[in-house]
Amino acid sequence: MQVDFNAPYKNRVQQALADPNLRVAVSNATDRMTDARLASMDAVEGQKLRSQVRQMKQHVLRNWPDYLQQLESNLTRNGCTVHWAEETEDAQNIVREIALQNSAKLVVKSKSMATEEIHLNQALEEVGLRVVETDLGEYIIQLADEPPSHIVAPVIHKRLEEIAEVFQDKLDMPPTREPTKMTSLARARLRQEFFAAGMGISGCNFAIAETGAICIVTNEGNGRMVSSMPRVYVVVMGIEKLVPTVEDAFLQLQALCRSATGQNLTVYCSMTSGPRQDGDVDGPEQVHVVLLDNGRSRMLARGYGEALLCIRCGACLNACPVYQEIGGHAYGSTYNGPIGAVITPALAPEISRFKELPHATSLCGACREACPVKIDLPRLLLDLRSDLVQENASPKPEAWGIKSYASLMSSRRMYESLGKMASIGSNLYAGMSGGNIKFMPPPLNGWTAYRDFAPFVPKSFRQWWKERSKLRGQT
Amino acid sequence: MHKATFEQRPNRVALFVTCMVDMLYPGVGIATCELLEKNDVEVVFPEEQTCCGQPAFNAGYRNEARKLARRFLSIFGPLVENGEVDAVVAPSGSCATMTSHFFEVLFEESREEELRRQAERLASVTFELTEFLVDVLGLVNTGARLQGKAAYHPCCHLYRELGVDDQPRKLLDGVEGLDIVDLPHADDCCGFGGLFSIKNSGISAAMGRAKARSALQCGADAIALCDVSCMTHINGILSREGISCRAHHIAEILNNHLGNSLRPPSQPEPQQPDHPRRWGD
Repeated sequence: MQVDFNAPYKNRVQQALADPNLRVAVSNATDRMTDARLASMDAVEGQKLRSQVRQMKQHVLRNWPDYLQQLESNLTRNGCTVHWAEETEDAQNIVREIALQNSAKLVVKSKSMATEEIHLNQALEEVGLRVVETDLGEYIIQLADEPPSHIVAPVIHKRLEEIAEVFQDKLDMPPTREPTKMTSLARARLRQEFFAAGMGISGCNFAIAETGAICIVTNEGNGRMVSSMPRVYVVVMGIEKLVPTVEDAFLQLQALCRSATGQNLTVYCSMTSGPRQDGDVDGPEQVHVVLLDNGRSRMLARGYGEALLCIRCGACLNACPVYQEIGGHAYGSTYNGPIGAVITPALAPEISRFKELPHATSLCGACREACPVKIDLPRLLLDLRSDLVQENASPKPEAWGIKSYASLMSSRRMYESLGKMASIGSNLYAGMSGGNIKFMPPPLNGWTAYRDFAPFVPKSFRQWWKERSKLRGQT
Repeated sequence: MHKATFEQRPNRVALFVTCMVDMLYPGVGIATCELLEKNDVEVVFPEEQTCCGQPAFNAGYRNEARKLARRFLSIFGPLVENGEVDAVVAPSGSCATMTSHFFEVLFEESREEELRRQAERLASVTFELTEFLVDVLGLVNTGARLQGKAAYHPCCHLYRELGVDDQPRKLLDGVEGLDIVDLPHADDCCGFGGLFSIKNSGISAAMGRAKARSALQCGADAIALCDVSCMTHINGILSREGISCRAHHIAEILNNHLGNSLRPPSQPEPQQPDHPRRWGD
């Protein structure tokens, strides 16, 4: 069963869990990426690299306004036009305006989470533009009319057979299961789109403040075509995606490639330092850089600045056992997995709009262990849960339950009576047979729906202790 | 986190038994107590103790968690500060994480500096059981014997928050007759996660079933671990799925509570030990 992106959270999770193909596809791919990451990080001094990147990103965040100003002035000096977008609509309007001014009809795009975040494709299509995704994975899900389900591997939830069906259905591909034939077809189609496009749009893996260069990292070369072939090139970058120097850029590039795909280096790393100059044989005539806030400064102000260190490698998704079970679509947000569960609510105008996400985790810490920037994701998730309680966004019965529990546990007498009652009650319920309990009333039916529960023992540890002390004459 | 070093071998500890062990798995508490006493460490059991407050903290209810944290500190703090005990030992990585990591977070947030410092001092002498046995007492062999195949599951808080992993593995290696096999994807979470197991029970159970598949795959008769919460979850899944393998707390293995053998289910019941057994069927 496919996950209905617009269904409520509980239904999405149920749909994901009911799809056996999804779990196989996602867990195989994520295991492969995790193995590749570990091997690639071990090949260098991985722990040292993680510390260095973290320090660099922390430094950027401490001097954020200064580096943004430096970037803006260097971009401008290079001939780029810089736009500041505070919220989604601002960014949409800016890009739409650029397209309309240049009479663009067809837009080619390189894979970008920032543009997914602002639903840019939809915004451009609304004013009559045709938008084509050129990253193979993004191309497939665009044909299938689905959002990406992973930060770096958008089509991770689909198996080869399903992709072949999409191609047969949408591109009239003759039946085949051969990946080379399928990619050749996509390549031939996309090549025509590149030639015809009036505008290219990409995200930004990082921008270098001291030079004003925009860097995008791809494996297919589509990023370079998007940024160099059309007459107009638009970059949408989150304002946290900047590094101070060229050296820092290569530090981050190392961490990004190794953590994302386990490659020492991706096939392409394209840098754009402004539009075509006199005498240049190619390159865009205009380069626009949209600096997107969309909640990032709000996130810092709310105390979630740690999450702004993220370099969007997706390693935490691959390491997450919850993500492995349900895939990305069940999260119902642009960003998913552990980092998505943090930044989706933290970026939103109201945290409580995404109140399920901070609870969609067992807090096992595998994400923090995988993160190349060592973001303390479990801690941020705990903080978000606390914020939700502060905002009274938690279910009332839960709040009542926790408060009662805290009161009961504040008194030894009540704690001991509770233990005795639970022991008598659960054993009566289990039929004194020593058998396990198979059904409990709500909310505990959440437990017994899938698991048994053994009844409480007749004698607690403290009773044993008391009796033993008595025997020894200590009381 | 800064851990205290002891000039002399500690000879008296306070047992933080944890509420789950107290009420649900007294055998684990008894084993913990006896393991310490056998190794010439006197055990003090502060009977005022209840719960450390982790469920409230985990669910985001920090005021409620602080209430229980203050209570916990008022019971264990003075014992340590007055020199009545040298350390606090808990048969749980998760509860030890709460008192030795998250108490400080709680009091930092409420700007209760004196309590934060007290929590920090308590944290420096708080040990998970296997950590205490190996790192502090220098033990590797507890004199335990058990026939059968066991796999070790590293519980998340123990492994990733406390960084304790070699210690329980060393102790298991020291059990005579026990065949230790590798659990596939051993460091994947079992899916318990406290309130997560109720709020997101479907996902939690799916993770639990993945753990059960790993247990089947490696053919272990038992999964050894250091937390009864994860044990409850794994056993609940194994029991429901009709798999005979069971998870056991390491203290019961190290203190010979499980009889002579991790028998396959077709064979007759071994002699029941004096201590209460759980998950009988």
